[in-house]
Amino acid sequence: MAGGFFDRSSIVAPPGWSRWLVPPAALAVHLGIGQAYAWSVLKTGLGQGLQLSGTATALPFQLAIVMLGLSAAVFGTQVERRGPRWAMAVATACFAAGFLISAAGIAMGQYWLVVVGYGGVGGVGLGIGYISPVSTLIKWFVDRPGMATGIAIMGFGGGALIASPVETALLSGFGTTPGGLASTFLVMGVAYAIFMSLGWLLIRVPPEGWRPPGAPAESEDPAQRGPAVSASKAVRLPQFWFLWIVLCFNVTAGIGILERADGIFRDFFGSTTPAQQLAGAAAAFVAILSLANMLGRFVWSSTSDLVGRKNIYRMYLGLGALLYLVILTLGEGNKVIFLIASLLILSFYGAGFATVPAYLKDLFGTYQVGAIHGRLLTAWSAAGVLGPLIVNAIVDASDVQGPARYTTSFIIMTVLLAIGFVANELIRPVDPKHYVSDAERAAPEGSAAAEDRREGASR
Amino acid sequence: MTDRTTTAPSGGRLVLTVVAWLWVLIPFLYGVYSLVLKVPALF
Repeated sequence: MAGGFFDRSSIVAPPGWSRWLVPPAALAVHLGIGQAYAWSVLKTGLGQGLQLSGTATALPFQLAIVMLGLSAAVFGTQVERRGPRWAMAVATACFAAGFLISAAGIAMGQYWLVVVGYGGVGGVGLGIGYISPVSTLIKWFVDRPGMATGIAIMGFGGGALIASPVETALLSGFGTTPGGLASTFLVMGVAYAIFMSLGWLLIRVPPEGWRPPGAPAESEDPAQRGPAVSASKAVRLPQFWFLWIVLCFNVTAGIGILERADGIFRDFFGSTTPAQQLAGAAAAFVAILSLANMLGRFVWSSTSDLVGRKNIYRMYLGLGALLYLVILTLGEGNKVIFLIASLLILSFYGAGFATVPAYLKDLFGTYQVGAIHGRLLTAWSAAGVLGPLIVNAIVDASDVQGPARYTTSFIIMTVLLAIGFVANELIRPVDPKHYVSDAERAAPEGSAAAEDRREGASR
Repeated sequence: MTDRTTTAPSGGRLVLTVVAWLWVLIPFLYGVYSLVLKVPALF
């Protein structure tokens, strides 16, 4: 099969290619799409400039997150089959197009185009971009998969750090008139198209059978070669669903603090912090949580390569549950304990995202790990609804003030983390009877042999 | 397969590696710096 520019066959690494070129390619995409977490800056500008309600200006972001989960699940197999260059190029095109469509919508006074552009088209870019480098990174860093995916997924957490000051500067320069807002979205679209293009230009896949330096050669014995489970089979196995629960509840617990970080700080320290300093201190608390969320992705995910995936999730879930209780019992008025516990919880939240691709690789192998990861991200979508619901609904319904407002919701988070802990304990290695055949294993997705096999099966 | 496809990059590849990392690290570190500036307000 002749390989086009975007085909997997065109990006097989030549001799001498350094695997350390792969993380910056992945980071270019993840740092780009991570802009989504800085939507609040654009949201404020849209609200001021277009006289829109908070609900209306939240719509593009909400749709984008829904589309992230859906497109990762729906296009996961396609991403695996066509390869990372195709996926990264599509992600770049969709994400940048989302901004450009939005700019046109604002200029024409058609706000629905912002919702469809940023939320719909851009959201597809988020989903495809999020999973695009995962399986390639794991194949290059088969000896340190947690560290490799930790670097990339840390980029998703760090994307907002870049976007937030840039968006602030653009809105300040162009203004929040419709013309100024359209210019801001236009510049963002062009800038992200350029910045993310490093990803699809630089990405390479390792040659078949490649092993990292110092790693033992792959065994010829199929029984010794580790798992290789297809995505369609994986979703029918209990291991997938136990891991789905683990991810969902770990994310829900993190969102419990992240969603209302500003308000939580004010409720815990409003009576002990001078009023003129409270707003700045609360903003600093939100900032330091972002830092913990980002660093946890790299630090704990890398640690999982040493201590094992199951053990690290025992820490995220077990220690996370205890830390929620620590905040409830000792956090009031004790800023040091409150900060340490909150930062650790947020670091575990980020790390849960970053470690899960390596956990999937341990359970199901690298065969279709990107597609399986895409399907697992539906747990994120569920948590995105569950977390804010638990915190906001319960806290808003409470008529008490101060830290006591959070007692019920934090206890629920503790229980969810305990359920996640049990689900993690129930995860067992996949029975080899579920592995794909040797012929399928020998012909990776996207290879000529795999294409022949697919065509043969369809005839 | 031997491990020629990694380590010891040639001169051109070394430049490419440095440029690629700077491409992502410079904006990333700028973002981290902007964030760290806010932290002292916490104490």
